[in-house]
Amino acid sequence: MCLAVPVRIVSIDGDEAETEIAGVRRRVSIAFTPEAKVGDYVLLHTGYAITVVDEAEARETLKLLKEIANLSEVP
Amino acid sequence: MKFLEEFQDARLARGLARRIAQHSTKPVRLMEFCGGHTHAILRYGIRQLVPKTVEMRSGPGCPVCVTATADLDKAIALAQLPDMVITTFGDMVRVPGSYSSLQRIKADGADVRIVYSTMDALEIAKANPTKKVVFIGIGFETTAPTIAASILKACLEKIENFYVLSLNKLTPPVMKALLDSGEVKLDGIVCPGHVSVIIGSHPYEFIPRDYGVACVISGFEPLDILLCIDKLVEQIEKREPRVEIAYPRGVKPEGNKRAKQLMEEVFEIGAANWRGIGIVPGSGLIIRKQYEQFDADKAFPVKLEPAKEPKGCRCGDIIRGAATPLECQLFRKVCTPDSPVGPCMVSSEGACAAYYLYGAPEDLPGP
Repeated sequence: MCLAVPVRIVSIDGDEAETEIAGVRRRVSIAFTPEAKVGDYVLLHTGYAITVVDEAEARETLKLLKEIANLSEVP
Repeated sequence: MKFLEEFQDARLARGLARRIAQHSTKPVRLMEFCGGHTHAILRYGIRQLVPKTVEMRSGPGCPVCVTATADLDKAIALAQLPDMVITTFGDMVRVPGSYSSLQRIKADGADVRIVYSTMDALEIAKANPTKKVVFIGIGFETTAPTIAASILKACLEKIENFYVLSLNKLTPPVMKALLDSGEVKLDGIVCPGHVSVIIGSHPYEFIPRDYGVACVISGFEPLDILLCIDKLVEQIEKREPRVEIAYPRGVKPEGNKRAKQLMEEVFEIGAANWRGIGIVPGSGLIIRKQYEQFDADKAFPVKLEPAKEPKGCRCGDIIRGAATPLECQLFRKVCTPDSPVGPCMVSSEGACAAYYLYGAPEDLPGP
């Protein structure tokens, strides 16, 4: 129920947006994320974008995970 | 970056698992509140990846599962009224109520339709002006704003045949109820990522402060969950419980202000009835008087027989984290996804469905 998937915004029309994931397109509400722009990824939950995915934070997390993997591989 | 595969990398997962094993010295019991987490944990074999010191317990975070039988009976009764269309998220239709299910009465001719979004329910109302369209409003804080938005849209566009049966539930109050009961001793909570997208991290702060229980907000990919477990174990080992966000690409401390505003505009806080837990004060959302014309509870009072729980079903215990599906006598024998006895086997977020689908051989009872 609280499932949400990242989808990319293709175009915006008022408080709705055309989004795409793996070739599938769907019109969604961006009423909760008025800051969303074309090209952004949003988390989509039951037809509504609930947040804009923060790409800088995602990169930070991945960087940390790579450091952890590298460190823990040292014998 | 697609924000999916990047967080499923096997090498990085093994790195996190090694780190958890390196700093986990004492047994800890963690509860993943959200059923989405339970499914990911079993599906990706995370319980086998973390050291034996880390025990994972499934919590009440499955909206279909926690819907009380009495509330489901009400939805079934509404569906049998004349000119009624019931719209609902998919899993609800298969959950057995006391005397029937939405699926069974649909087979008998009731108009029950599965929708993906509250927007679809509104469209059905617009297309059927002579019918009364009720949306069964289950869900946590993630979903509540979408239900609020549908009521506001119905109000704005004067869609007067649209109603919501508000069964929405709130996460922090039920966490408090579980901790107050003391039934299951917890060291840490894997806090629900998408609930937290809406409410932020502040509403959990009473948990480490008042109960000494660590809280880390997690995303739903395997690396997210492992990172969350790593942070929980570290907090517990250091005896420094606090609220941390291990899902910063989705969750901000303040949450989604716009979604919270809409929720507050439409709903006020009241008691809610939880399967297996009972009435929890302050854990539900009631439609405000200003919008009561859309409240199915007010518009269609129905008389109900007392609710009956399925015999032998331990969903209630499983929802509280007091038992695992393996401790239920019915699991996999009488109760299966094809013929579910309780909601935890029906729902795509239910713990029993997760154990049934993804349980490792050592998790499963003998024939």
